Amino acid sequence: MSPALETRNLCKSFGALVVAQNISFRLEVGARHALIGPNGAGKTTFVNMLTGLLAPTSGQVLLGDEDITHLAQEARVKRGIGRTFQINTLFRDMSVLDNVALGVAERQGVAGRLWLAASGHRQLRKETLALLDTLGLADDAGKRVVDLPYGKQRLVEIAIALGLRPRVLLLDEPAAGVPSLESGMILRVLDRLPEEIAILIIEHDMDVVFRFARRITVLVDGQVLCEGSHAEITSDPRVRRVYLGEQHG
Amino acid sequence: MTRSIGYDADPRVRIIEWVPWVAAIAAFFLLPEYLSLGARILTYILFALSLDLILGYAGIITLGHSAFFGIGAYVAGILSAKLGVTEPLLLLFAAACAAGMLGMATGAVILRTRGLTQLMLTLAIAALCLEIAHKATPITGGADGLSGVTIAPILGAFKFDMFGRTAYLWCLTLLFAGWWLTRKIIYSPFGATLAGIRENRVRMHAIGVPVYRRLLTAYAISAMIAGVAGALLAETNQFVGLNVLGFEPSGELMVMLILGGVGRLYGAFVGPLVYLIAQDFLAKQFPEYWYFGIGLMLVLVVLFARGGILGLVDGLVARWGKQR
Repeated sequence: MSPALETRNLCKSFGALVVAQNISFRLEVGARHALIGPNGAGKTTFVNMLTGLLAPTSGQVLLGDEDITHLAQEARVKRGIGRTFQINTLFRDMSVLDNVALGVAERQGVAGRLWLAASGHRQLRKETLALLDTLGLADDAGKRVVDLPYGKQRLVEIAIALGLRPRVLLLDEPAAGVPSLESGMILRVLDRLPEEIAILIIEHDMDVVFRFARRITVLVDGQVLCEGSHAEITSDPRVRRVYLGEQHG
Repeated sequence: MTRSIGYDADPRVRIIEWVPWVAAIAAFFLLPEYLSLGARILTYILFALSLDLILGYAGIITLGHSAFFGIGAYVAGILSAKLGVTEPLLLLFAAACAAGMLGMATGAVILRTRGLTQLMLTLAIAALCLEIAHKATPITGGADGLSGVTIAPILGAFKFDMFGRTAYLWCLTLLFAGWWLTRKIIYSPFGATLAGIRENRVRMHAIGVPVYRRLLTAYAISAMIAGVAGALLAETNQFVGLNVLGFEPSGELMVMLILGGVGRLYGAFVGPLVYLIAQDFLAKQFPEYWYFGIGLMLVLVVLFARGGILGLVDGLVARWGKQR
């Protein structure tokens, strides 16, 4: 069976600076996979190559059996890749409902319509509100995003991505910067994400990683150092040395 | 005066939105000696609406919008003066098509860029159009302008009169159509998408929006509206001069919109009204220094009313509401 998403020998360099080297990676259907690594390891660059925000220097990205290496971001989204951003990338002055509805409208193919008023698309509103309800954001639907606490803003990031009904969801540090009081809310949402979506999470918080991911890939200096289960990764001396900073003689 | 757009917005026309139309009709009866100026103001409001659609709602910065206004004016003028086409609706249609095509062609280039590069490209396109109109004297009349524009009665019944009554009502009718169209677009899913692009282009790409294509559509629609405004000017003045093209009319339009308030729909009504009345008054009182007054007005608005005159009104209304 083909994986949900796969990369083959993916490389990226900016002039002489090599940020990704021969990354071969498989994200299985329905996976809960974490990508970890120290700062500057190339995790976000890797995600940006998966989504099409960055073009790889060489290598391939496959979604199912389809080679999507040269597809634009929009085309990849339409094929089922959704993402969140490490730093909130929201429509700050728009309502929570609008933030999510924009993506839902694009998926439903109504976003280019010029005649019927946006608010007249009842099915779209209904679907958006139902999604917000599942994430505990229904009461905030009419509020401007900028007026929400940071934790809820991170949830809006996830809601926007889920509104696209992705096959593959890439979560770039979903709990980053969230105060500990609000992080439980994020974790509960992560736990309840639909099983059929293959999820790759990039996260620094090891509690989140170990709780969420069934498989972990460690990226160091733009290369895959190792991949395995929670137990395999924590017992790998290379990971302990490079990632956890432990010295091994 | 501002109102949220998007999937939560109520698109119904509020009572206050009828005020400009009631005022315009009242002006027709109460100020008959100013109907020519009125027709000019209405034309510029339509022109400003077209700019607001792309600048205020889609975030496209341009100093070359006069290219579409100018091509609309010249197409209508040339068709009438050189080819004998005098049917006003047909002239407007031709102007809209020509401006729309120019919008598509130039938008295809400029919308691939952003910021200063985009601004410079729009300026260059307007300058090119001005130079073409200047050099193509046999067709455009060059520096002397295009005279001999004749317009048949509207719908075969309403002849353009020397008092400007028909011109005023014709402009008012077309402005109403332009306003209705622009408003419809703003409240549509397409309008919400434009607002999304203006707010956060990175995220719009990430949710699968074909940003470039949507901007190009908006740009072409805006160009068509600007073209109709230009043709209206040609029809009501029955003359087309080089002053419809280049940086100056584009800059003037930008000033008008900033004065009224960008991205507010009705800022496009208030700006040209205030600007052109001030220009008319100041040019009569201080023929040599009238620009000083306009400049001073703009400085004051930029310093104390960042959202334009409507922004100032909004702020005052909000403050008054809090005090109550």
